Amino acid sequence: MTAANTSGRLSTFAAAMVIARRDFTAILFSRSFIFFLLGPLFPVIVAALAGGIGQKVQENTAQPQLGIVMQAADAAAMIKAHDALAGRMGGNLPDFIVVKRLAPGERFDPAEALKGRNANLAAIASGTPAAPVLTGPPGRIEAWAGPVSIVAAQALGRGPQAYPDVRLAGTATSKADQRSDHVKTAQAGQMLLFLLTMLLAGMVLSNLVEEKGNKIIEILAAAIPMDAVFLGKLFAMLAVSLVGIAVWALAGGAASLLAGSAMPDLTQPAVGWPLFFVLGVLYFSMAYLLLGSVYLAIGSMAATVREVQTLSMPATMLQLLVFFLASYAMTQPGSPAELVALIIPFSSPYAMLARAAQDGALWPHAATLAWQVLWVVIFVRIGARLFRTRVMQSGPAGGKPQRRGLMARFRSARA
Amino acid sequence: MAGNAAGSGAPSSGRPLAIEARGIVKRFDGVTAVDGVDLSVPEGAIYGILGPNGAGKTTTLRMLLGIIDPDEGVRRVLGHERPHEVAHAIGYLPEERGLYPAMKAYEAIAFVGALRGLPLAEGRRRGRALLEEHGLGYAAERQIRQLSKGMAQQVQLLGTLVHEPRLVIFDEPFSGLDALNQGKLERMIRTLAAKGTTVIFSTHVIAHAERLCDEVAIIAGGKVPFAGAVDVARDRIRPQVRLETRAQNGPWRQALPDDARREGNFLYFSLPDSGIEPLLRALIEGEAGILSLSIERAGLHDAFVAIAGEAAAKALERDSPEEQGR
Repeated sequence: MTAANTSGRLSTFAAAMVIARRDFTAILFSRSFIFFLLGPLFPVIVAALAGGIGQKVQENTAQPQLGIVMQAADAAAMIKAHDALAGRMGGNLPDFIVVKRLAPGERFDPAEALKGRNANLAAIASGTPAAPVLTGPPGRIEAWAGPVSIVAAQALGRGPQAYPDVRLAGTATSKADQRSDHVKTAQAGQMLLFLLTMLLAGMVLSNLVEEKGNKIIEILAAAIPMDAVFLGKLFAMLAVSLVGIAVWALAGGAASLLAGSAMPDLTQPAVGWPLFFVLGVLYFSMAYLLLGSVYLAIGSMAATVREVQTLSMPATMLQLLVFFLASYAMTQPGSPAELVALIIPFSSPYAMLARAAQDGALWPHAATLAWQVLWVVIFVRIGARLFRTRVMQSGPAGGKPQRRGLMARFRSARA
Repeated sequence: MAGNAAGSGAPSSGRPLAIEARGIVKRFDGVTAVDGVDLSVPEGAIYGILGPNGAGKTTTLRMLLGIIDPDEGVRRVLGHERPHEVAHAIGYLPEERGLYPAMKAYEAIAFVGALRGLPLAEGRRRGRALLEEHGLGYAAERQIRQLSKGMAQQVQLLGTLVHEPRLVIFDEPFSGLDALNQGKLERMIRTLAAKGTTVIFSTHVIAHAERLCDEVAIIAGGKVPFAGAVDVARDRIRPQVRLETRAQNGPWRQALPDDARREGNFLYFSLPDSGIEPLLRALIEGEAGILSLSIERAGLHDAFVAIAGEAAAKALERDSPEEQGR
C-alpha cells in the first residue's frame, strides 16, 4: 500500500473541515460544554432572585404622601375632594394624609413637620383650599402643584359637577406607534445579537490558548495552510455556538410557552418572524466570524494567557462602540449615521438586523451580507498571516516570550 | 550563495533530490536567523542537520515544511516550490511534542494522518495496527493524558508515519528519549530509509548524525559552511598519525611534519602530503625503533570543529545530553 493511493492533497476547505470536525466534536462531547450551556441560566436565576427581592422591597416601601395642615373644615374638604378625584387621576395624585387640623388662629411651621418621624411625608399643603401653600423639596412640590391645585378647586366646589365619559375608538396602530413598536423589536434583536456575539466569540480565544498550550499548532501548520486552521477553528466554534443558541432558544421557547406567552410584547418585524430569525442567524454568524478572526489574530500575538486577556480588551471595547453606533443608527433610518453603521463591517450585522425589524426590503440584506462575507475573508486572511508569522517565529530554544510592543509585533507580521 | 556554496557538496549519489534549497534567508525583527542556506537532499537518503541550539536548524526545517516562508531564496520539496502542495507525502515530528490530551491514542494517529489527507477510517485502522505492531496495542483506547510521556511520544511518532510519507522530517527526534528508545528510533530511521523514504533530522548530538547519516549539513549562526557526504566532511581533515618509537630523538625527527606534538610516549601529527611511505623509510633509516604506528581518520566531531569553528563546537558540546548530565 502506498501513500499515493490512500492519501492526497487536501483543499483548503477539506483541511478546514478536518480541524472543524475535531474541534466541534471535542467541544461538544466535553463536560465543559454542559457548563457552557448552563452558563447563561445563572444570570437569569440571579436576575429573577434580584427581581423578586426588589419587588418585595418595593411592596414594603410606602408611597410618598402629601401632608395636609389646614383648619379642620378645609382639611376635610381636601380629603373629600382627593377621594373624589383619585379614581380619575390615578397615579398622578399622591396619597393625602392629614398631619394637623388647625384651630382658628393657630400657627404651624410646615417645614418642621417635614423633619418629623413620618418618613413617607414628602411635602405639606397648608393655607386654605383657596390659597394653598406647598412646602417641600423643589422637585417634589413642582410635580405636585398641578394635582394639588385641581384637588383644591374640587374642594372649593369650582370643579366640573359632572365628568363626561369619553368614548374610545381604537385603531390597530398609528404610523408613530408602528415605528415605535418596530424600534422595540429592533432593539431587542440587536441586544440579543450583541450579547450572543460577545458571549460566544470569547470561546475562540480560549480554544486558541488551549491549542498553544498543547503545542499541536506546529503539527497543524506543517500539514495544512494556516488559513485552513483559522477557518476550521472559526467554523467549529460557530457551529458550537449555533448548537448552544438552538438549545437556549428551545429552552427559552418552552419556558415562554409554559408562561403563556411565546413572544411577549414584541411586534412582528417588518420582514416577518421566520425571515427575521434566519437573518438573525446569518448576522450572528457574520458578527461572530469577524470578531472571532480578530480574537484569533490577537491570540497569535500573545505569548501568555494573561497577555491574551489584556490584548483582547481593546477589541471588546471596540465592539461596545460599534454596538452603540448601530443602536444610534437604528433610531435614524436613512440617515448618514445608518449608512456608516451599515458600511463598517463590525457594526453592519447589528445595524442590518435592526433594519430587518423596521423595513421589509430584502435586497439590502443580500448586498450587506455579501459585503460582510468579503470582510470576513479579508480578516481571516490577515489574521491567518499574523498568526503564521507570530506563532511560528522562533524555535523551542528561542521560545522565551519576547517582551515587545504590540505595534512592533504587528509591523513584523506585515513585513 | 557564495559563502555557503564553497563548502557544499553536490549530492554524491546522483539520485533525484527530495529537497533543494538555494540561498534561503529568514529574518525575525531584523535578526537574521537563517542566512543563505543551500541544501540538496537526495531521495532515500538519511540526512542530518547538525548544529548547536539557536543555530537555525528549526527555522530551516520550518521553511522546508512551508510553516514559514523564506524572506529570500527558493526551496523545492519533492519537486514543489510550495511544500503544502505535497503535504500528503511528508511526515513531520516537531521538537516540541504535542497531542490533544483528550484524544484516544489511535484517534490521535488517525487525526495526524487526516491532516495529511489520509481518510479518517483508514487512519483509525492503521493507527490500531501501528500501535499493535509497536507493542502499544493495549493503549489504543487510552486517552493521551493517560499515557506516559514516552508512550505519548511514540504515538506522535506513529502519527508522523501513518500516511506512509515519502519524506520524513524530524526536529531533534532523540531529545527526551532514553537510550533504549533512542536505539529503537535509530532502527526505525534505518528501516524507513531502506524502504526508500527520505529522512531528514536535526540534531545537536554528533554521534547520532555520524551513526545514521549519509549526508549532513553543518549549521552554525544561521549559515551552512558545509553540506555533503559525511565522508567528505571527515576528509576535510587530514588523517592523524600516532607514532610510538623506542628512540626519543634522532635525525629521523626531521622527517616529521611541523605540527608533530608529543603526548606521553606518543607523537601525533597529520599525515604528510607525500604519504606514509617516505616517512616510514626515514624512520627506519634513522633507527627510530618503531613500536607502533597507526593512521586514524578524523571523526565527524573533528570535522565539525574544523568546519564550524571552535565556538560552534563548544556550543554543540554544551547542548549535548552527555555534557548537560555532568
